[in-house]
Amino acid sequence: MTITADRTEVDATGNDAPPDTGGGPKSSARPGWLSQHVGTALVCAVIGYVIGHWFGNYISSDYIYIANSGSNAVADTLALALGAVGWLAGIGALNYPAAKMIGREAKSSETVDHWSKYVRFSTDHKVVGLQYIVGVLLFLFTGGLLAMAIRTELLSPTTHVFGPGTYIEIVSEHGTIMMMMASSLVVGPLGNYFVPLMIGARRTAFPRIEAFSFWLFMAGYGVIVSALPYGGFPTGWTGYAPLQTQAGVGMISYLLGFAIIGAGMMAAGFNLLVTIIHYRAPGMTWSRIPIFVWSILATAALLCLATPVLFAAGMFGVLDKTVQTAFYVTEHGGSSYLWQNLFWFFGHPEVYIMALPGFGIVGELMPVFTRKPLFAYKVAAAGMIGVALLSFFVWQHHLFQSGIDPDMRPLFMLTTELISIPTGFIFLVGMGTLYKAKIRFEVPMLFVMAVFFNFLIGGITGVFLSDVPVDVTVHGGFFVLSHFHYTIMGGLVFAFMAGVYYWMPKMSGKMMNKKLGLAHFWTMFVFFNLTFFPMFIIGLLGQPRRVFTYAKGLQGLNDFSSVSAFLLGLSFLIFLFNLLYSMWINPVKAPANPWDSLGLEWQTASPIPPHNFDRIPVIMADPYHYSEEGAPPLADFGAGPRENVSAASASTATSVSEE
Amino acid sequence: MATIWVIASVVVDVLFWTLLGPHMAPGRLTSTAGADQTDFNILVVIALPVMIAVWVFLGYSIRTWSAKRGGPEPVGGEAARGNKKVQTIWIVTTTVIVLFLAGFGTVALIGDHGSGGGEGPNPIWAPSGATAAETAALTKSDSWSPSSGKVLVVQVIAQQWKFTYRYPQFGGFETTQLMLPADTSIAFNVTSLDVIHSFWAYQLGVKADANPQENNVAFTDTKSPGSFIVRCSELCGLWHGAMSNNGNVVSPSDFESWATGTEAANAKNTKLLAPFAWTYVPDANGAAGGYYIDSNVTPYSNSELYGAKPSS
Repeated sequence: MTITADRTEVDATGNDAPPDTGGGPKSSARPGWLSQHVGTALVCAVIGYVIGHWFGNYISSDYIYIANSGSNAVADTLALALGAVGWLAGIGALNYPAAKMIGREAKSSETVDHWSKYVRFSTDHKVVGLQYIVGVLLFLFTGGLLAMAIRTELLSPTTHVFGPGTYIEIVSEHGTIMMMMASSLVVGPLGNYFVPLMIGARRTAFPRIEAFSFWLFMAGYGVIVSALPYGGFPTGWTGYAPLQTQAGVGMISYLLGFAIIGAGMMAAGFNLLVTIIHYRAPGMTWSRIPIFVWSILATAALLCLATPVLFAAGMFGVLDKTVQTAFYVTEHGGSSYLWQNLFWFFGHPEVYIMALPGFGIVGELMPVFTRKPLFAYKVAAAGMIGVALLSFFVWQHHLFQSGIDPDMRPLFMLTTELISIPTGFIFLVGMGTLYKAKIRFEVPMLFVMAVFFNFLIGGITGVFLSDVPVDVTVHGGFFVLSHFHYTIMGGLVFAFMAGVYYWMPKMSGKMMNKKLGLAHFWTMFVFFNLTFFPMFIIGLLGQPRRVFTYAKGLQGLNDFSSVSAFLLGLSFLIFLFNLLYSMWINPVKAPANPWDSLGLEWQTASPIPPHNFDRIPVIMADPYHYSEEGAPPLADFGAGPRENVSAASASTATSVSEE
Repeated sequence: MATIWVIASVVVDVLFWTLLGPHMAPGRLTSTAGADQTDFNILVVIALPVMIAVWVFLGYSIRTWSAKRGGPEPVGGEAARGNKKVQTIWIVTTTVIVLFLAGFGTVALIGDHGSGGGEGPNPIWAPSGATAAETAALTKSDSWSPSSGKVLVVQVIAQQWKFTYRYPQFGGFETTQLMLPADTSIAFNVTSLDVIHSFWAYQLGVKADANPQENNVAFTDTKSPGSFIVRCSELCGLWHGAMSNNGNVVSPSDFESWATGTEAANAKNTKLLAPFAWTYVPDANGAAGGYYIDSNVTPYSNSELYGAKPSS
């Protein structure tokens, strides 16, 4: 849809005309390989990189060289920064603000209805959602390959495949890429795609910011991967400070990469926050919005409030490395604790940025597959908001042994344990919904059940970590490592898979293959647990994180974990194959509403028109009236669609009362 | 369902406590290790029934309420949307458990002198005599013998990528061997010469980050003789994975003879070392591992006793 048309449209207030956009011959005004797409973005990124590098050397030619590398930190920083700017300019993300800045009317950045819209700067939230899926999978598989490398090295208790330098590079890169991936895994693809559909909006509040966030995300991928040819960085994903100050060029990739990803996260969060608050359809009251939207709301608030701290912390680090400030340099008046505090002040809300969307998916899918309303909806929503608020008050539990003032320790132990109360609500909701239900164990539901299994282990071990005396033993060891893999991978990645299997028919119009889906689920569930459960024991037996050598007696457990990890990797290949198979090799057309869901997103036409709803629906009930006699209709879809009549009528107005 | 839960919980708890509990990390070589192990076991005994409750419920629902088994149609409507009683019980129960755990953890933490965790330059939960011993150690006016019953002060200096130890009550000699007397209170003073490390003496139940120009104090009481491993548990660069060594807890008299012997043998080297202080700055131009006394007072120090600038 065009941006100019958006502004004339009265959003979310009723039955005014749909924007005259999408499809149609007149909007295919920008074809051709010379117009802006991912290729021009790459070219501009390279040009920006070269200019930045030259300029950095020009202004500081004999100023700051990184020890033993012959590399100029200012040049490397400017190269990566201008590379990212070049990427954004090349894709066209800067066209609108640049035109406005010189006082011209911007050319419309309308979405051309052609497959090439997926490699262009598109402001359609559905296109951006699918772009994000490709993006997060790129991150996921890059990080996954690195994980395979880690487990290969850990097959033997001494160093045997990679030297210690390469190993620490791999570990750091794995952690950072996976954290970046996980913070956008659900919000980016499913949040952008489905939040407007679920709240009855035609678009997100700021479509250009939404697209901008995606292309920043991809710029962040380029920057963080650039650490590899630069020799990596030795700090792990936490980037602790004196080591950070000491590290080589790869550290700049880390700091700038996190800053760029952080800017993207802020943009995405801000956009979705405003969308949810202001773009709800009439009648979509706070007690009627789907639980998934609640989770995205809480997550978006965290993205807006926590990520700026990461951004600032990263910029301090960049300044320390380039212009010799001393934010983190103890002997010049800085403090290494400053980084730890800033990083974890972001880092702990970040944990819930990764956990909450998973809860949202679980809560959203359970009623569909149990044919029951969501149990304790208000408790679930309150729990998410409670988690979001409390998450700002727990960060110092990462610093229990660091030597900070100890009298805060009981307080942070208390807040950390308190956060398990609202987190535990998801189990109340889940178990209440399962009670006396009629559970259909389709592939998405299997993933949902797995989330409960995994997250229980991940959550309970979190309570162990919050207890300071126990933390003395488990802090910084494999126990922690296993704990957060159980919450992030066992919770979020499993929930994401549930979401993909559940919503792919709506997004693509094609069903995911069930047999391959079952093979994917069972291998992933079994080998995930076989990979990570032994790590609790390894950790309790005294193996610290991020080591390439360990006690000889731990080889059996480590080898068992490694072999399971390889099979877990295979499971992800099954998923990838299923995706290719179901989408392109042997596509099976999906019914309009394959799971008999009452969700508003399933009541739109298939395929979804660019403006989502021909008429803005008037919401009359929440989407959880399953198995209810005389349930109210979900929404009033208006007197009838104004276009695409034949396609829309099949699903738009009639599908509410099928129960 | 409730019966299965009660029986399973009791059986698993008893089995854990009797069979696995005594072998859980980190053993019982010191007071803190023993207390950490007990805390861990108590948490497991509380956690297992909670986990079993969820798993039994999930298993029961998969078995009973699967669509494949036919069964009655579920009933929607208001009744299925919530149940005040269930919700209240849930919230109250979890709150009680959580508050109990926080209280229990606090009591354990304070009662055990910080549980072997690093308390920074001004520890607030110190065993009796520790403050005096630390003060005396810094003014080099102190000595230790098995009969004195004093706290033994040990300094841990971490650097890329090794740990060294100084014994201020024995003339401040520096060694790579960590020897401790049994049945003695130990005050570890952990610092770093470069990046952040973490001194993790696994079997002692001690973990304290080593920060540059910062003294991080941790306490423990050794019980019986035994050996233990020390590993760095904070990523510190290239050879982090290989930064480890072994230590021994020996009888007090053996310790004294080792310490006085090493003090005499190392006397020539000790003279060349920087005087004993809580923190040091590395000697950038000297040989690897060289350091000067830190002329800055440790930043957080408001105490006259800990982290104060030494008088020399």
